[in-house]
Amino acid sequence: MSLLVTSFGAGLDQWPFLWEYVLPVALRDTAAVLTGVAVITAALGASLAWLVSAYDFPGRRFFEWGLMLPLAMPTYVVAFAYLDLLHPVGPLQSAIRDMAGIADPRDLRLPDVRSMAGCIALLSAVLYPYVYLTTLAMFRMQAGSLYEAARMLDTSRRRLFTRLALPLARPAIAAGTALAVLEALNDVGATEFLGVRTLTVTVYSTWINRSDLPGAAQLSLAMLAVVVAIVGLESWSRRRRRFAGDAKHNTPFARHALRGVRGWTAAALASVPLIIGFGAPAAHLAYQAAIRVDEFGLSPLLLDAATTTLTISAIATGITVAAALVVSYAARLGSLMSQAASLGYAVPGTVLAVGILPIVSFADRSLDQLMQATLGIASPIFLLATTTALLYAYPARFLAVAAGSIDAGFSRVSRSLDDAARTLGDGVWLRLWRLHVPLLRPAVAAGAMLVFVDTIKELPATLLLRPVGVETLATLLYGEAARGTYEDGAMAALLIVICGLGPVVLLARSGRDWIARASDRGGTISATERSG
Amino acid sequence: MFRPSNGAYRSVAVLALAAAVIVSPTTAAQSAINLYTTREPGLVQPLLDSFSKTTGIKVNSIFLRDGLAERVAAEGQRSPADVLMTVDIAVLIDLVEKGLTQPLSSPVMEGAIPSNLRGAKGEWFALSLRARVFYTQPSLNLTAMTYEQLADPKWAKKLCTRPGQHPYNNALIAHYIARHGEARAEAWLQGLKQALARPAAGGDRDGARDIVGGICDVAIGNSYYVGLMRSGSGGADQKKWGDSVKVILPTFEGGGTHVNISGAAIARHAPNRAAAQRLLEYLVTDEAQRLYAEANFEFPVKTGAAVHPLIKALGPLTVDRTPIAEIARHRITASRLVDKVGLDR
Repeated sequence: MSLLVTSFGAGLDQWPFLWEYVLPVALRDTAAVLTGVAVITAALGASLAWLVSAYDFPGRRFFEWGLMLPLAMPTYVVAFAYLDLLHPVGPLQSAIRDMAGIADPRDLRLPDVRSMAGCIALLSAVLYPYVYLTTLAMFRMQAGSLYEAARMLDTSRRRLFTRLALPLARPAIAAGTALAVLEALNDVGATEFLGVRTLTVTVYSTWINRSDLPGAAQLSLAMLAVVVAIVGLESWSRRRRRFAGDAKHNTPFARHALRGVRGWTAAALASVPLIIGFGAPAAHLAYQAAIRVDEFGLSPLLLDAATTTLTISAIATGITVAAALVVSYAARLGSLMSQAASLGYAVPGTVLAVGILPIVSFADRSLDQLMQATLGIASPIFLLATTTALLYAYPARFLAVAAGSIDAGFSRVSRSLDDAARTLGDGVWLRLWRLHVPLLRPAVAAGAMLVFVDTIKELPATLLLRPVGVETLATLLYGEAARGTYEDGAMAALLIVICGLGPVVLLARSGRDWIARASDRGGTISATERSG
Repeated sequence: MFRPSNGAYRSVAVLALAAAVIVSPTTAAQSAINLYTTREPGLVQPLLDSFSKTTGIKVNSIFLRDGLAERVAAEGQRSPADVLMTVDIAVLIDLVEKGLTQPLSSPVMEGAIPSNLRGAKGEWFALSLRARVFYTQPSLNLTAMTYEQLADPKWAKKLCTRPGQHPYNNALIAHYIARHGEARAEAWLQGLKQALARPAAGGDRDGARDIVGGICDVAIGNSYYVGLMRSGSGGADQKKWGDSVKVILPTFEGGGTHVNISGAAIARHAPNRAAAQRLLEYLVTDEAQRLYAEANFEFPVKTGAAVHPLIKALGPLTVDRTPIAEIARHRITASRLVDKVGLDR
């Protein structure tokens, strides 16, 4: 809303210029990045989710949660790491030259990671877990129907995937892909570092170099419109379908065991995205961090920053998930609020933060006036002097992440259950609490995890809205990167990754326990039993 | 983006508020000032520590990048900011033009800083200088170059640089406009675009690494990165990059080298104006100017102050005579030219 107000602060003078010189290329490159990321993350995320849900192979239990690990990697860190690794003077090309007996790097030029292809590949490698996670949660919730269908149709796993699982998973895949695409759209660190100029970069140069914040806000709104159109088109295309199956059978279905070579092939396939999106950059970070710690010691600032990061992220996640539950539930009840509330994710972080500033400023002045009127004292500046502004910014930014996952979950819950609860006299909110929250647990957990990890990694809004004296791991890392010594930030980057790992493992476990408990109860859980 | 709409919601908000208070830092003590800086705090910390030691005034700093002006403006009259510090002239002048600074009349500042490196009424002050130089492939044995020559076809596909929209390049292009006018600047940028060996991306140090990696022969970079790399403070790899390039201090034809500044101003609503003034005056003492040179390998703004040996070894610096505020005036044109020519794509 604030962006809208800001956008009126100037005329439309910039548009002819942008239209002639900037937009054609920026639009083309943006479309290329988004399409590439959408296709790769959807295909990769969905097939990996199916692989660990439908088959058993060596290391499956590890891969089930391990495949989520790239989530912990900020895109800009991955971009930095891969330029190090793949540069002509980096370890890989040096080794290749050594083997080939070439001394001068000029004699062997390999493709540069600073390119469109490199950008799409790296973004996809860290963003596919959005699809993987939402789809996996869906397969878990819907396992019963799939199991039954498989038994009844006596069909092959492959056909089950293409004919039944894939169509059923569509809301989840769509939600996950939308998140990945939006993340790619609002990314500026990695994209710009790799030399790709999306619309977001144009928003920045309009604002920063041409001091035209209203113009930048107009551009952001135009981008938003495109995003809304894409998301709207997707949900319109499945408007006539209801995806909710029978809620009764939440039995995990028996996985098909892949033995011998086939099993190991599956494990190898699953490890490729894991290594690219997590293993290689994490190993590089650990190595760099070890060198720095060895040479310069460990900064005490890091521990403070880690504590701050975890505390703020945990609180922000709680707020975001609660808000998302309400918003998604409202959407189920027919409100359009959900679409509107989710837009924050599509806006570049700094632009969103700048949009939030006037709101915070207004609230702060009102607070001051209230204090003066009631207590007769002038209050010092409050919201920007505490982390309150951040606790407003994070939910505003990441609501879509939680809502996407929870929406997908809601779509799996049959409306007949709502009707049943209503006949039992449960009110609107009681139904949410007693019926949906327990049923939605995997989806809520998935959403919470995504938000938590996103919050830990969040940089632009944190940088602008944090109070004096508060550093998170991301701002600490950025400080190092700003003076060009991002390797010195390796330890901070590693801590971001480690902090992000905790929830990944925890939630993967809790999700599994939940299914295990459900099976212990005799193989089925009925919705009424869960809600009561 | 969402509105609290029921009781459960409100309790979450209350909880958040309580948590915010817990997480928030302790309020500033009496003898403390707040510094808002776009300069990485690690680089100014030695200076701030030394200031606190001499004066007993504590400095709380917050590192910001984009949106410094918006943040201070949003905080309004009750902003805790005392001193605003930036690493680019255009950003600093932008703060002045937005009315976020206040003039300071100080004989100490006026005595230490040449008049072209501070605002006429003391609305801003340069504190250190950095030259925009060329890193070159040593085997080419280049000794002198002009900025204009970089557009020569002989450099086709041999140049590496960070984005044209980055403030450091923006200021260089604005300087070119100030000297030669918009049309010639556009032609020059066309030449630069032809010269690019890879997309204009990354940082200045990437240029040095890319020369070592055989991707390009010449790269545009700030002078202090040479010191940061060659001193080994960025690690062994970077030392190798720094040592493997030859640095040239380019000039404009018939002029001198382009320099940008790091500078500071007193915030419009500074709650501790007197202490803020003391900090600024401290930053131009011989001691602080020496630390500037040592901590970040910059050129001191005060004539006669020491330069780090690694930077001194680059040769004598002749700063171009174009007034630095004049350069800042062309930054919007420069930004539009970069987009028009398509340097960054």
